[in-house]
Amino acid sequence: MTERPPPGRTRGYALSEIPIVRRALRSRWPQFGLTAIMLAFFVLAIVAGLAGTPAGNRNFGIVFVWIVWWALLILLLVPFAGRMWCGVCPIPAPGEWLQRRALVQPRPGGKLYTLGLKWPRPLRNIWLQNAGFLGVALFSAVILTTPAATALVLLAFMIVAVGTSLAFERRTFCRYLCPVGGFIGLYSQVAPLELRVKDPAVCAGHKEKTCYTGSDDGYGCPWMVFPGSLTSNTYCGLCTECLRTCNRDNVAIFARRAGADLLQTSGRRLDEAYKGLIMLACAFIYSAVLLGPWGELKEAARAVGTPGWMAYTAAFLAINLVVVPGLFWIAVRAGRWLGGREGETSSSQIERLATQAPPAMAGATLPNFRVGAIASSLRAESGTVSAGRSEGIPPVEARGEIASSQTPLLATTVPSLGGALLATTAVNGSARVTARGTRPGRPAVRGMSASTSELFAGYAAVLVPLGLAAWVAFTLSFVLINFSYAWPALSDPLGWGWDLLGTASLPWTPYAPGLVPLLQVPVLLAGLASAIALALRTAGQHGQRPWGALPVAAFCTASTIGLLGLYLA
Amino acid sequence: MSLSRRQALVASATLVLLAAALLAPLPLQRAAAQERRIKVSARSFAYEPGTVYANVGDTMVIDLESEDAVHGLYVDGYGVSAHAEPGRPAQLRFVASQGGAFRMRCNVACGSLHPFMIGKLVVGPNLPWLRAVAATLVAAAGAIAVFWPRPGTK
Repeated sequence: MTERPPPGRTRGYALSEIPIVRRALRSRWPQFGLTAIMLAFFVLAIVAGLAGTPAGNRNFGIVFVWIVWWALLILLLVPFAGRMWCGVCPIPAPGEWLQRRALVQPRPGGKLYTLGLKWPRPLRNIWLQNAGFLGVALFSAVILTTPAATALVLLAFMIVAVGTSLAFERRTFCRYLCPVGGFIGLYSQVAPLELRVKDPAVCAGHKEKTCYTGSDDGYGCPWMVFPGSLTSNTYCGLCTECLRTCNRDNVAIFARRAGADLLQTSGRRLDEAYKGLIMLACAFIYSAVLLGPWGELKEAARAVGTPGWMAYTAAFLAINLVVVPGLFWIAVRAGRWLGGREGETSSSQIERLATQAPPAMAGATLPNFRVGAIASSLRAESGTVSAGRSEGIPPVEARGEIASSQTPLLATTVPSLGGALLATTAVNGSARVTARGTRPGRPAVRGMSASTSELFAGYAAVLVPLGLAAWVAFTLSFVLINFSYAWPALSDPLGWGWDLLGTASLPWTPYAPGLVPLLQVPVLLAGLASAIALALRTAGQHGQRPWGALPVAAFCTASTIGLLGLYLA
Repeated sequence: MSLSRRQALVASATLVLLAAALLAPLPLQRAAAQERRIKVSARSFAYEPGTVYANVGDTMVIDLESEDAVHGLYVDGYGVSAHAEPGRPAQLRFVASQGGAFRMRCNVACGSLHPFMIGKLVVGPNLPWLRAVAATLVAAAGAIAVFWPRPGTK
């Protein structure tokens, strides 16, 4: 079989072709077994939360969900295995079993027992997941520390997942509602593995599309994704259903360069951009509230309903929805201004800059720059682009095509945490691309060819390595310190005085606290280097000069220094 | 995929500068060591003052008082701790031999936010923080230089 990876990409090693892996993935039993074990843990967490001790550090629900599971998710599963957790997640499992009226073996034809409602088209994005995550994060000081709150949140997730499964098609909950799934999908783009088809031509010639419609071998893609069109890990839940239903044996899980999904920065969406910004903002807020020395802040975040909490809520929402996105927008806008235009020489660019300044910097004083006069110029240029489109230049929805022969791709895996954590993947930023609004196969017009919103969404790719590094650093700062709570909680999950494993009375012991900053700094620097490499790539893919990436690079640098300040200053 | 010669050189130089920023010895003049006696008040779930400052070499004497329940004070990096309860203060004495910022944590379960009852001991000069900032700037400049497109490429 001829394998044809997308332009500019090389297909990695097919892990699922290893006989033992192949058997494990095609059989339904291992996945069912893992899901059942996870479900047992989650049910125990809910029971412990509702019936166990209210002391969070002694309660299985708190310790195992927010220390053990969270650490596994952020430090191992997401960076190295993408959405593998989603493949065995217990939250949608009961609903899915009801929907299938089967636990393990599939119904003939992959039939589902559901009302089969379609999710409303305006909501087919991750805005609801963004809102859900914000809601959970807003109450995090309560949820993370109060067993009953954790139990109720988990229970609510399961009830909504079951209800959604009975009313809507497939895994609508996972795809459009799960607040956790939103950021797992975002950061799974970093993972060094992917589920893809081996040969897209085989899919094109396969009329039945059993991977999507289902067959006697299994169900149509629960995530409502056609594997033949997958270009990113974001919406593939790695349930491996398509490996079972593809009767052409054309689907596989490949090892790949870490971060490969991020190489394409055009055609990205605003909801995904906001997810990245919200995650970055929340990493700051969590680090300040939970790990900072400011008692008043902790009290305000915890005392729901009080004036202090309302002020905290206002600040929380403002930081997430206005401040951080606003700063990023200013960086993108400044980059659009700095990015220049095709055919513009350095001297003419300097001349132009000398007479113009970005609206974002209006009011600022810059030497030799006449401030505040660029707005009309930008409007004029936007008009030109719009006119070009209205003259019949078709928007190209497909992701950009990289002229790889002229584009020396560079991928460097940055070793950290004893292995490869993040990949710094970069390309010569002036790659020829076909982007939205340009003719396929024709170089994108430099500089002003992409709108600010397109640039905003495109540059948001930098938030993936930056944000993941921030969350890894945040997680490192409390996991090693608090992991020893797991031993008593395991031995006495409800805090009722049991001692099942003889570890109930083990004292709290911080593990290697001196190691934490030694791990945080390289992780954050790796995330920063990856983000800057992506920013330069984004500039090239959107027809900008590399100078256009510098404000976003500055944003990333300032964010990294800010996080380091919270941890080390 | 591989680095071009120029990129490899710039990346190597960046790594050398990063190592220098993080590890190079600095000829700093330190303040004379002294004994610092500080009263720290603990309540659910905060210390007052939240941040305690000292210089390397200072002998720290922390008088820990609790306002509402049994609270502990454990200092990351130093491994010293003390417990206090209302009306029964405790004293913690140690030499601040390492520079940097260290979390002070409650190590006696005291309520829901107990794992996040955190204060900070900053021992100056805080070289780890300054070095991290320098390393960040070096990494940023290095990444820009390494991944900057070659002139003339399109």
